[in-house]
Amino acid sequence: MSPGAALSAETHAKETAAPVLSVRDLRISFPSEAGTVEAVRGISFDLLPGRTLGIVGESGSGKSATAMGIMGLLPPSATAGGSVLLGGRDLVGMDDRALSRVRGRSIGMVFQDPLSSLTPIFSVGRLLSDALRVHQDLTRQAAWERAVELLDLVGIPAPRERAGAFPHEFSGGMRQRVVIAMAIANRPSVLVADEPTTALDVTVQAQILDVLRLAQRETGAGLVLITHDLGVVAGHADDVAVMYAGRFVERAGVDELFHRPTMPYTARLLAAVPTVDGGTPRPLVPIGGEPPVLVDLPAGCPFAARCAVAVDACADTEPELRSVPGHGEVACLRAEAVAEGLLDPSGPDAPDAPAPAPAPAPGTGPTRVGEVVLRVEDLVKTFPVTKGGLLKRRVGTVHAVNGVGFELRAGETLGLVGESGSGKTTTLLEILRLSRPEGGRIEIAGVDVGAQDAAERVRGLRRDVQIVMQDPLGALDPRLTVRRLLAEPLQAVGQDRTSILGRVEELLALVGLDSAVGDRFPAALSGGQRQRVAIARALATEPKLLALDEPLSALDVSVQAGVINLLARLKRELSLAYLVVSHDLGVVRHVSDRVAVMYLGRIVESGTTESVFSDPRHPYTRALLSAIPLPDPRRERTRERVVLEGEQPSATRPPTGCVFVDRCPLYRVADDGTRRRCLTHRPEQVRVTERPDHQYACHLA
Amino acid sequence: MTADMTADASYGAASDRTPQPSRSVRTAGRQHDVARFYVRRFVRNRLAVAGAVIFLLLVVFSATGDAFTSYAYSDTDFAALTQPPSAVHWFGTNQGGNDIYASAVHGLRRSLTIAVSVSVLTLAVAAVVGSSAAYFGGRAEKATLAVIHFLLVVPSFLILALVSNRLAGDWRVLIVVLTVFGWMSTARIIWSVSTSLRERDFVAAAEFMGVSPLRIVVRHIIPNLGSLLIVNLTLGVVTTVLSETALSFIGFGVQTPDVSLGTMLADGASTITSAPWLFAFPAGLVVLLTVSMALIGDGLRDALDPLSSTGAGGRR
Repeated sequence: MSPGAALSAETHAKETAAPVLSVRDLRISFPSEAGTVEAVRGISFDLLPGRTLGIVGESGSGKSATAMGIMGLLPPSATAGGSVLLGGRDLVGMDDRALSRVRGRSIGMVFQDPLSSLTPIFSVGRLLSDALRVHQDLTRQAAWERAVELLDLVGIPAPRERAGAFPHEFSGGMRQRVVIAMAIANRPSVLVADEPTTALDVTVQAQILDVLRLAQRETGAGLVLITHDLGVVAGHADDVAVMYAGRFVERAGVDELFHRPTMPYTARLLAAVPTVDGGTPRPLVPIGGEPPVLVDLPAGCPFAARCAVAVDACADTEPELRSVPGHGEVACLRAEAVAEGLLDPSGPDAPDAPAPAPAPAPGTGPTRVGEVVLRVEDLVKTFPVTKGGLLKRRVGTVHAVNGVGFELRAGETLGLVGESGSGKTTTLLEILRLSRPEGGRIEIAGVDVGAQDAAERVRGLRRDVQIVMQDPLGALDPRLTVRRLLAEPLQAVGQDRTSILGRVEELLALVGLDSAVGDRFPAALSGGQRQRVAIARALATEPKLLALDEPLSALDVSVQAGVINLLARLKRELSLAYLVVSHDLGVVRHVSDRVAVMYLGRIVESGTTESVFSDPRHPYTRALLSAIPLPDPRRERTRERVVLEGEQPSATRPPTGCVFVDRCPLYRVADDGTRRRCLTHRPEQVRVTERPDHQYACHLA
Repeated sequence: MTADMTADASYGAASDRTPQPSRSVRTAGRQHDVARFYVRRFVRNRLAVAGAVIFLLLVVFSATGDAFTSYAYSDTDFAALTQPPSAVHWFGTNQGGNDIYASAVHGLRRSLTIAVSVSVLTLAVAAVVGSSAAYFGGRAEKATLAVIHFLLVVPSFLILALVSNRLAGDWRVLIVVLTVFGWMSTARIIWSVSTSLRERDFVAAAEFMGVSPLRIVVRHIIPNLGSLLIVNLTLGVVTTVLSETALSFIGFGVQTPDVSLGTMLADGASTITSAPWLFAFPAGLVVLLTVSMALIGDGLRDALDPLSSTGAGGRR
């Protein structure tokens, strides 16, 4: 839909249709140890039939509480105020029995985790027909028929047969389709989707978003799409509301919002998102600071402390959401100035954004390439698949990593990219295990970890290789203070007390943490601080190689950029080698010098970051890149997509030929001879002419 | 108070067991804050506070009670055999002329000593065995579980009775025997909780740092069992008091001339209609002791569990 059309459709809709859902001054609060948490502080909106309202915000902004509030699924300890009008009835304060009649019938819900929202002991056909029969007078037979139709609608292949299958027999993406089918079963007038694709892989995410759109068109429902991903919103919402500290701080049509974000927070958030498109990646500008805690908020704009263009008045009263010509509604005193382009929301010098250390144009190649720190050749790792409880029988083998090889030099970052199940994390863990691999060779700092006579030297390698894990809260023992956490690796390599004490202070300074943080427990830190502690801990023994397992996926966008910049600085100062594993191509593009794309245990394409992102050769890489939603509605809605069908198969029986063959768009249109070759011959790595570092494994590309 | 001590103990657990590289004054101060946080949650539970007060009074009573009477528990007053409570003998006397008040003070002290030491010892054994089994896994785990399950199905009370009878009723021996036969069910619980801790990221992180396995168990797994251990400690006191009383009651525990609440109950039971005070006072003390510990245990569980509903919705 073009922006103009969207606008006229909007005015048209406003004239004719009455809102299906109108929320007025919704307030939600929870009790907590520290005091009352005001999770949602007065939000209002109208949802028109057939329209999609995207609510974006970071964790703790109150977006999920909003979803729960709309559906009346708040925990009993929460207090809700204001009104949620649905079909003339107010859902706030309605008792549970009455709410149960509304939910499912008038409101359909899609949650983040499809497995936990489906009862495991019933077949999906049963679940669907039960959902139908609760609200409609249908015979068992008719309900089943309708269930099969619904499964067909959401794109479940062979719906009649699959209706008898249980939720655990479906893959993640298929389960989410079932959840969508249940949500639309009774043709509700409102659909609420809370992070519907966050738990899914990016190629599957694209499919599910399409199904969601189809479901919406089919029922004519209004959709509230709640997400943290600005790209998803850009592609699928008509209107966008940005939430910060429990309120809407900006609300506008999707094109206006992305074209010129007017609330400084929105603008800074967009500037902090790592993207995959375009030429050289721009340096990311972190917002700095952390979102406020929603207990006893001070008067004034909650963003003022992090805002680069705040004036004194911002600290006095909290600005109301007011309309700004051509830019929807904004809650900012300086909105007009920003809207007219007179004021740059990033500010002339952002207050506590650590001077974005001239991100040494990542992607332009390593700054200083040293000796080879890590060499992996033909690595193989398999897991047995067993069956039976008491006497386990081996019924198969998962080929998690199947002949992976790469090299990593000091001062260089290699990104391993792939969807879940591609074997990227297994590769990482195999390297960290520091013992003889099942197949192939691992050489760290010149020492072959599998060699018989190298046991002593391998033990010495422990300090050279360290890891930063995905979830810093999980990776830091909750019962130890930061100082003790940082001391632990040093104790493990047998350093003495006094040198440890000094080193711990150095480490805190190195990652930009205040010395006072050292006495805190991990639970008392913010997400960004926790990840800094995890990085500091990994650096304690002055390693040569740092393995980063999804280092940013647990962090909010506004905090991510700061950690990316920190990692870049540390690499430069300490000439570290990073091995980054991530499913997020945007992040990988910003931190890596070289990337290797993995699929089903094999590397299908590798090369310098710039070369792979600007000129992907392998059809999988292309599909992966095009599946990532761009935070720009114009390009997001017009660009050509390679939407992959299906999902990554399990690696129990790896194909003899190309691993990608059953999802490959090129294979589908190829002639018989080529097809046979794809099926029987594993493609060799082909070098791209003129760029010898860039290679891919495909017969056709 | 009790709560203060225990909450401190949970947070100090790691530091007590491992050499301390970097304990600064500020660290200790911070830990004090954490203890205060738990105390606040504990105090919010009125019943738990009542339990703590009762327990404290019982401890004070057992420690200082004999200062208020001129009789010792072993003294016999032949001028007053089987006398009801009076100004001279506050709780009356028994058939041998022993002062029941003095006996009750001594018996309570004996029972408390046994209960607390057995509870601490069983917990220590259970924690080490259970969490090591879970962490090391494989054959060691299977073997340990086999032993635990075997001991659990053996009628341990009978064996206890036989063994303690053989060993002539020394209360110190009783502690050892009760420990040897009392650690399995706790170990089983600790094992099952530890198996999930074993999978946590911070354990993997410690492994990748090259921390030794034993240290991982002591420093990362056991402290994270914190609230479970403390709750088991209080409940362990209850069960030990009960089994010590039961053993002594049927004549296998503490032997005369030593006195515990159990032996007093055994003596009093036969004359419950003719001289009820012989039974009533020790029985009352046992009830007070077990009820107070149960209340404290409940309170601690709620105070230390961040997900507990009475703790008002989470810690963050």
